[in-house]
Amino acid sequence: MTRALPWIGLAALAVAPLIGIGNYPLHMLIQVLLWGFVYTGWSIMGRLGMVSFGHGAFLGIGAYVVVMGWNQFGLTPWIGLPIALALTAVIAFLIGYPCFRFKIVGHYFALVTLALSEVTRLLIVALRDQTGGSLGVTPKTALTESSYSLLALQFSDKLVWFYVVLLVWLAGLWVWNKVDRSMARLALEAISQEEDAAASIGINVTRLKLGVTLISALMTCVGGALYAQYQAYVNPDTVSGIGISLQMVFGVIAGGMYVRLGPTVGAAFTLLLAEGLRLMFGNSLHALDSTIYGLMLVLFIIYMPKGILGGALAAMQRRKPASAGA
Amino acid sequence: MQIFDIFLLESVLNGLLLGGLLALLSLGLNLVFGVIDVIWICYAELIMIGMYAIYYFYVVFGWPLPLAMAAGVLLVAAAGAALHQFVIRPVLAAEPINQLLVTGGVLFFLQAAATLAFGIEFKNIGVTFPPIVIGEISFSMPRLIAFGVALAGMLAMYLFLTRTYLGTAIRAISQDRAIMPLMGVNPDRIFIITSALGGGLAGLASCLLVLQYDIHPAIGLSFGPITFLICVLGGLGNMVGGFIAAFIFAQFISVGGFFLAVEWGYVIAFLFFIAVMFWRPQGIWGSK
Repeated sequence: MTRALPWIGLAALAVAPLIGIGNYPLHMLIQVLLWGFVYTGWSIMGRLGMVSFGHGAFLGIGAYVVVMGWNQFGLTPWIGLPIALALTAVIAFLIGYPCFRFKIVGHYFALVTLALSEVTRLLIVALRDQTGGSLGVTPKTALTESSYSLLALQFSDKLVWFYVVLLVWLAGLWVWNKVDRSMARLALEAISQEEDAAASIGINVTRLKLGVTLISALMTCVGGALYAQYQAYVNPDTVSGIGISLQMVFGVIAGGMYVRLGPTVGAAFTLLLAEGLRLMFGNSLHALDSTIYGLMLVLFIIYMPKGILGGALAAMQRRKPASAGA
Repeated sequence: MQIFDIFLLESVLNGLLLGGLLALLSLGLNLVFGVIDVIWICYAELIMIGMYAIYYFYVVFGWPLPLAMAAGVLLVAAAGAALHQFVIRPVLAAEPINQLLVTGGVLFFLQAAATLAFGIEFKNIGVTFPPIVIGEISFSMPRLIAFGVALAGMLAMYLFLTRTYLGTAIRAISQDRAIMPLMGVNPDRIFIITSALGGGLAGLASCLLVLQYDIHPAIGLSFGPITFLICVLGGLGNMVGGFIAAFIFAQFISVGGFFLAVEWGYVIAFLFFIAVMFWRPQGIWGSK
């Protein structure tokens, strides 16, 4: 029964839009899955002690390279995305290799990567003649005649987007699983505890960290590209810089960094909180949601560092032995 | 283009003035990190709160400007102490990264609360100074004041840390956190005082910034990242290193902005930072 539960949940999720849940809930679902995917990507390295504030850079590269390629050079996203991924891999390597080689960890790692996401944001703003600067940019529409264009990766039907994002999200969870089951994860956990000791028993610290960083960065890049295509609008502040980078970290923490669905729960929680408060109070108090969100984050980190799902699962674990004995 | 011209000289000198301001910004953060081993990611948001406080005391309540500024400094100092007492203290024993993240939560909270309370309109205290012109070079008066006050503030901090008993205790505890309680120093008390001092320095910075910039809830984001990077570049907790790094950064921003656009100055400064990190991960003047 417990083994079947995830499959039932997944089937329910997959058919939910078909029974007509309306445009707005569908939009919410797509957002949750899309950000759930990005947050999952972040957590793959975050849970192993590498807290990166630099993922805004990879998100921005994914979003902007694809949109710019299409707008400036007429490159289909099918070519633009591989270019963005290649660029992401190069940058992740250029930042990661020296960081791991010279053991830049903890605070220093967070702040070096923070510089990376700020550089990306500033570059997008500075290249305003090409990128539109702070005003953002819209991919040129290819939907003049039909309601979808596979070549331009543009679909006016949200249902198509839902299934695209669902598949990508599932792929993200699969990657999470793969990393979780690998020897590399055990080795990396050892590294995050005590790096020198891990190195002394023959773990190649630099290579393992780089591998995980690459996976995480590439996932974030894909998420950025999808986000830009889905929203059909990007601007430097929503896809790069310190703001979005912190938001990723906090989404993951709120949901639970150490469990598979934690990041997705975090994405759902933050989105529902924002939307719920917006519906309740209207747009007049438009910062109320972030105020409460910020306050909850502080409380979470102090009192519930495992996050919502992590905390709930831990509580269930504690109750289980008691009920088995009864 | 002639490389050495009067405008280049002007931007170098303006960079020098900016350096003084950035040095003051990094001082409070370095002090807190050096003693408590925590980075206040929300440091620039404390400055933002101070700027709003001064605006309200001066413009809305009609207090004289010096009184409004003094009240602003005290308020931010209290906020610093409160930050330590209610947010940092509970996670002091947790993993270091949690301490970084919890202040990041405070960043979100302060920024959003300011938007909620004050709106997103830009506010300005409306105090203007005529520019000072020497030869062909013109200086902005608030920048000159900021430079002078920043240097005076740092000197005062230096004297406090080296010439008073409390300052000595603060320096001692930053050198060995474990042994000082055995020497009869109460770390809790020192931490609170340090946090209030760090907050006070943030308050002083807000007095200087409020003369030059419009106030809005996101203003912290334009000073925060640069301040962290200066501290890391100088070696976290190393106040002299931070001081020198501030001037290096300011020159990159000012002169880079002179040759290209302002954002390029920042881009170059940040790339320089990343490059230095690979050369000396502990910061240029870091000890370890």
